[in-house]
Amino acid sequence: MDKFNIYLTGVGGQGIGLISEILLRAADNAGLNVKSVDTHGLAQRGGVVVSHIRMGETIYTPLIPAGESDLVVALERHEALRGMNGALKNGGVLIYYNTVWQPLDVRLKNADEITEDVISQECQRRDIREIRVVEPALKDIRMQNVAVLADIAKFELIPGINNENYIEAMKDLMEGKKLEDNMKLFNGKSA
Amino acid sequence: MKTMGRMLLTKEPFSEIVMGNTALVRAMIESGTRVVTSYPGSPTPEIATAIQSIPGEKRPFYFEFSTNEKVATEVAFGAALNGHLSAVFFKSVGLNVASDTFVQLSLMNIIGGMVVVLGDDPGANSSQNEQDNRHFAYMSYTPVIEPSSPAEVYTFYKEAARLAQEKKMPVILRLTTHVCHAKEKVAFSGWEPSPFDNTPMFDVKNGPYISLTSEVFPKKRRALKNLQIIEEDSIRCGLHRTEDHKNRKMGIITMGLPFQSVMDVIEKAADKPDILKLGLVYPVPKEPIADFLRSHEEVKVLEELDDILEKEVKSIAYDLKLSTAIYGKMDSEDRIGEYTPDKVYQLLKKTWPHMLPDKGEKAEDLTLIPQRPAQMCPGCGHRSAFYAVKKVLEETDITVADIGCHSLGFLPPYKMGEILMCMGASTGMGSGLSIFNTSRKVIVFMGDSTFFHAGLPGIVNAVFNKHNITMVLMENGTTAMTGHQDHAASGKNFNEPVEAIPIRGVLEGLGVNKIYETDTYNQKKLKELLVQALGDEEFSVVIAKHPCMLKFTREQQRQPGYIRKRVDIDQNKCKRISECIQTFACPTFTRLEDGSIRINPDLCIGDGSCIQTCPTSAVTSPGAKGQEDNNG
Ligand SMILES: Cc1ncc(C[n+]2csc(CCOP(=O)(O)OP(=O)(O)O)c2C)c(N)n1
Repeated sequence: MDKFNIYLTGVGGQGIGLISEILLRAADNAGLNVKSVDTHGLAQRGGVVVSHIRMGETIYTPLIPAGESDLVVALERHEALRGMNGALKNGGVLIYYNTVWQPLDVRLKNADEITEDVISQECQRRDIREIRVVEPALKDIRMQNVAVLADIAKFELIPGINNENYIEAMKDLMEGKKLEDNMKLFNGKSA
Repeated sequence: MKTMGRMLLTKEPFSEIVMGNTALVRAMIESGTRVVTSYPGSPTPEIATAIQSIPGEKRPFYFEFSTNEKVATEVAFGAALNGHLSAVFFKSVGLNVASDTFVQLSLMNIIGGMVVVLGDDPGANSSQNEQDNRHFAYMSYTPVIEPSSPAEVYTFYKEAARLAQEKKMPVILRLTTHVCHAKEKVAFSGWEPSPFDNTPMFDVKNGPYISLTSEVFPKKRRALKNLQIIEEDSIRCGLHRTEDHKNRKMGIITMGLPFQSVMDVIEKAADKPDILKLGLVYPVPKEPIADFLRSHEEVKVLEELDDILEKEVKSIAYDLKLSTAIYGKMDSEDRIGEYTPDKVYQLLKKTWPHMLPDKGEKAEDLTLIPQRPAQMCPGCGHRSAFYAVKKVLEETDITVADIGCHSLGFLPPYKMGEILMCMGASTGMGSGLSIFNTSRKVIVFMGDSTFFHAGLPGIVNAVFNKHNITMVLMENGTTAMTGHQDHAASGKNFNEPVEAIPIRGVLEGLGVNKIYETDTYNQKKLKELLVQALGDEEFSVVIAKHPCMLKFTREQQRQPGYIRKRVDIDQNKCKRISECIQTFACPTFTRLEDGSIRINPDLCIGDGSCIQTCPTSAVTSPGAKGQEDNNG
């Protein structure tokens, strides 16, 4: 496989760290050479949280150059657009969880909320495949990331990684009830 | 589930995907490090997370979070004087705090050896500045080893520890943010726990350990001699390496993360430059640099931040009368920001316009996306405090910030804390702002971890020199911003429960006469106390107390039977005054297109701190809410 770059984004508190770690380990389970890096620190407090994952034979830094991601995974609608604008290649894939955590300026009435239509139009214009995920019956919002993961698996968005690889990664990272609930969600959706 | 603690103590050789900060801890263990200290600061707190993953009784070394970086350095130094290999780690600006002690270290015969692990932050990802701590190394004659990846963090720490032990001196391991946080598969060696000798070996014969006039010169001579030996040693032990692309025209000298960026970027070059990557960056290894200069017509020095290596390379060329063209920083922008692949691409384009292919035009962005600055969490006591303070102050009064989550109060709509310097600085700055000032009140903020870290001297000064200012002490029981480390008033240290040092008691002991205290959520009381404190004609403190709700909620969520609560908005009572959104501004409050205000059920934690702020009492008490009556 040639290089494959994944840019993950969301708001602090949404669980970007977990989905990023699952993808990283799944890639490793699949025998791919992989590196990643998360933003930590200040950004956790309700700011944007970003994670980069790169796979391929010859990769050095985990940092993806602007506009060179093959896949953007977002857990929030505003961050989906920000992520695809800054990171995604034309012709790439955007998958996002369709929820809104209003940014400060939207709440203060200084800016408009980004709508689904705006994102769809952008995707059309740039020949980007758009996948919208929403799972209103989720027991816990902290499972939105695994709902997205299940669709990544179902649509085979990452070349070279199969369901078994994702499942093994989840088992490495979770246990007990949390693993059980997330596995149920994953298996139910990804099948 | 794989657990980090078990992995870190594995005896057989193994490979695992780890963060640089985690790889470091395995290296500490394998090297036989006995005492490790720290004060939390990004990008290093995950080192402590990895340490914490090893159960205390199995941990092969002692660890503590000290009250600040200076104390942490002193504890590690003291332990090393007893013969224990020690390490201290903290963030970039932590070295400013530690510096008074740190600059003396290389003069001392540190019999156990000591590694100073710095988390520098080019790009100011989570710091007040981008300071280049190599300057401190030059000032103090302390060698610096700089890894570029998690795998190198592991091997280079072991080298640093070996040098520190052999030369009985301090060695800096300089990490940067995206080396600390990068994750990759690292191959670890085996490790066999061996019994340690706990005999306290301190002996003045190993000294002297008192640097007075006559002793300074011999000690300085020893330090300088050590640097020379280490420079030679670094060549022999393979800390430096070259990437030979058989290019006799162009070469690049680099180190750390920029090396990895260069390797990514030049992949697309038709004619790849050769690369000399330095592992020891102070003192710089003259011989390999001279060889590299001799064998290339043009050499680019690629280093983040300041032009320290560039000057060294140029002076080597001058001394040897070499005619190699040397390119360093071309303008001041080159000193700014992290050398990511994007930045390195631009730098190389600027230096050698034809080496790399042009990039395609980036698609133009059609929509403006509102920024998303970090902000205080739902239920944060700091928000309640700012809300109250804003109500009692005049527009012209002056509010002074300090370091912590509450620094975020400067953002709209609060705009509280309009000057920010460094930890503990608010009281001193506020005192200065109050001199000759009878018309504008001065309020300074401070967090509880900062209070112990560097807050005390400013407070003593305000009492002693009679500065008429009011401090709002935001006591949330933890060092919140860096990930909830305990501090002296938390009631436990890293290793065990301890008696909390009461902040109020400390203030009383320091002679503060006017001390007020309330739960931060109690708006009415807090406002009353603030008015009273602002009226005092002397230094006064209002302790605004409420546990960090992020920490508290996470702990609650781990309890069996946890039920999430949320407040609600009675749409019949809501008059859309928007106090909750515009002024209190908890991120939970969401504005719908029809103008109504709703709760974001994903965000609300049901703390109820907002209830008192609604003028029409439309926000109702928190009840247990399932996702089904999601009213957002
Ligand atoms: C000298 C120095 N050391 C460490 C840090 C990292 N740091 C940033 S915020 C913070 C937390 C301060 O905690 P506290 O005063 O309790 O405020 P809180 O975040 O809990 O509101 C720390 C340690 C720093 N900025 N400067």
